[in-house]
Amino acid sequence: MIQLQNIEKVYRTSTVETLALNSINLDIAKGEFLSIMGPSGCGKSTLLNIIGLLDAPSKGHIKIDDQKTEHLSDKQLAAFRNKKLGFIFQSYHLINDLQVLDNVELPLLYRASSAKERKMLASEALEKVGLANRVKHFPNQLSGGQKQRVAIARAIVGRPEIILADEPTGNLDSAMGSEILDILLQLNQRDGTTIVMVTHDENMAHKTHRLVRLFDGSQVQ
Amino acid sequence: MVRRFSNLISLKIKVMLKNYFKIAIAVLRRRKFFTFISLFGISFTLTILLVLTAFIDKVVGDNYPDRKRDRSLYITRMSQEGKGNINNGALSFYFLEHFTKVLKTPVKIAISSRPNGTNTYINDKKIAVNYKYTNAAYWDILEYDFLEGKAFGTKEIDNAAKVAVISEDMKHEYFGDIPSVTGKYIEADNVRYRVIGVVKNVPVTSYLTYSDIYLPYTVSKSDYKNKDYGGSFTGILLAPSKADMQKMHDEYEQMVKRVPMGNKMYDHIYTHADTYLAAYLDTGNENQSGVVLVLTVISVFVFLFMLLPTLNLVNINITRIMERSSEIGVRKAFGASSKTLVYQFIVENIILTLLGGLIGLILSVIVIYFINSLNLIANLELSINFMVLFVGLLICLFFGLLSGVYPAWRMSKLNVVTALKAQ
Repeated sequence: MIQLQNIEKVYRTSTVETLALNSINLDIAKGEFLSIMGPSGCGKSTLLNIIGLLDAPSKGHIKIDDQKTEHLSDKQLAAFRNKKLGFIFQSYHLINDLQVLDNVELPLLYRASSAKERKMLASEALEKVGLANRVKHFPNQLSGGQKQRVAIARAIVGRPEIILADEPTGNLDSAMGSEILDILLQLNQRDGTTIVMVTHDENMAHKTHRLVRLFDGSQVQ
Repeated sequence: MVRRFSNLISLKIKVMLKNYFKIAIAVLRRRKFFTFISLFGISFTLTILLVLTAFIDKVVGDNYPDRKRDRSLYITRMSQEGKGNINNGALSFYFLEHFTKVLKTPVKIAISSRPNGTNTYINDKKIAVNYKYTNAAYWDILEYDFLEGKAFGTKEIDNAAKVAVISEDMKHEYFGDIPSVTGKYIEADNVRYRVIGVVKNVPVTSYLTYSDIYLPYTVSKSDYKNKDYGGSFTGILLAPSKADMQKMHDEYEQMVKRVPMGNKMYDHIYTHADTYLAAYLDTGNENQSGVVLVLTVISVFVFLFMLLPTLNLVNINITRIMERSSEIGVRKAFGASSKTLVYQFIVENIILTLLGGLIGLILSVIVIYFINSLNLIANLELSINFMVLFVGLLICLFFGLLSGVYPAWRMSKLNVVTALKAQ
């Protein structure tokens, strides 16, 4: 499903060159639930962003669903992300000006779908995360756990094959954290969604199929 | 297949537009303070602009009663200069009558005094009255609308008949609400005049033609035969056609050069036959045109007036869009292309500007209604100039787009990761 070959990422400023990722090779199978762990600053999020085509590697190739991605234009990349990928962020990144339902509908706006269809799909997604009764709320009226569930609903509403989660439980207490993980596990098991999750939590990582550890930009496990 | 594809595309565009609109309204509603400041800036600027131009439009553009303005030259001022002596002011009846008589181009020459103020009493009520002396040609060149009766002609002038043409307002004030006043008598400066006509009001800002009472110059108490060149009269020369205006202008200039000095104190006479605008804006300074001065002042004023809220708006817009960098990041992550995001901000700005324009228009209508109904300026009926509204809106839109699109474009080019981190 996802193939990374010799991925390298270098951040350059006028004086310093930082190697954030160093020859990462990774194959992620369809339907796999993979965790990425490592100390802060080891390049976990950078790797996830590169997998999600939000950032380009300095060297190496990424193939998603057998499609090479390095020569895609801004527009093609946008369409590709819209169709194939769903994102969950540590700090939720909901749009505060929009109601829950509109937040969840967001990915559908960038493809052809009618208002009715969008509403139906968004309601369905919210139901899956147990927030069907909060559609008219604004993000700042929700708790952290609820916000993250809205974010999950947004990530799955377009039925992507891959979900990329960057420390989805990082801002939550352990009870809420395990609730969120349960939802992700369920998505993986029931719908066969491929999930890549960055986490700090060993227990959570052990519940997933595979664990990749990074240290100073290199894969150590 | 092709049709289905094009249907799909049009559906997508429709969804996008509707969605931009929805987001724009949501953003404007949620960010009330920003919306208020922006709308206030746009609508207040437009209102001032509209009221100001309505005023200028009326004062300069309204051609009642001098509808033949494009064929008329106005003589409003004379300056006699000598060593240490300057006499600046209107002209004498003698000068206008005696020297313009020889001009070949004008078909008619209207001569009238500037309005004189006096008080008159009716039923112990004091009424302020302006009266003006005119010749017979005045009524031929200027097309006053007569509500009843008619103007005085050569016969009344020759006989120094005590007749008067009065304004509609004067009629109501002096006689009250009666249907006809022709043949009745009106008293001004202790003289009784028989009313022979009533004309539609002229606003006081058209000072060359405004008055409450118009009288034959021959009834004037002051000596209109006095041979001094300076006095209290102005003249209008009527050319046979628009094409003859330059010729008429030149002929007057030539004539003035040949006029002998009327007084030993002076060695130069300056007087010009100018177009309405130039005459209206005459500064009294030989070296500086009033038109240029006024246009410069107005342009600078409008420019500054538009510049301040524009800069403000640009500033607010930039801050606002920077604040929304996380939103931009999220939208890009979920499939918005840079172009789509720029469109979204354009629609937001257009909606904001149009809303501001609408409020500005409503405010202008209210302000103009109050100016008109309170009658702050005698007989002045202002109305909105839609061309100015249109141009004003266009300017707002331009700056709105400039201030919204540039930062939006920059943000849309931002790397998603950076945009997301900015929160």
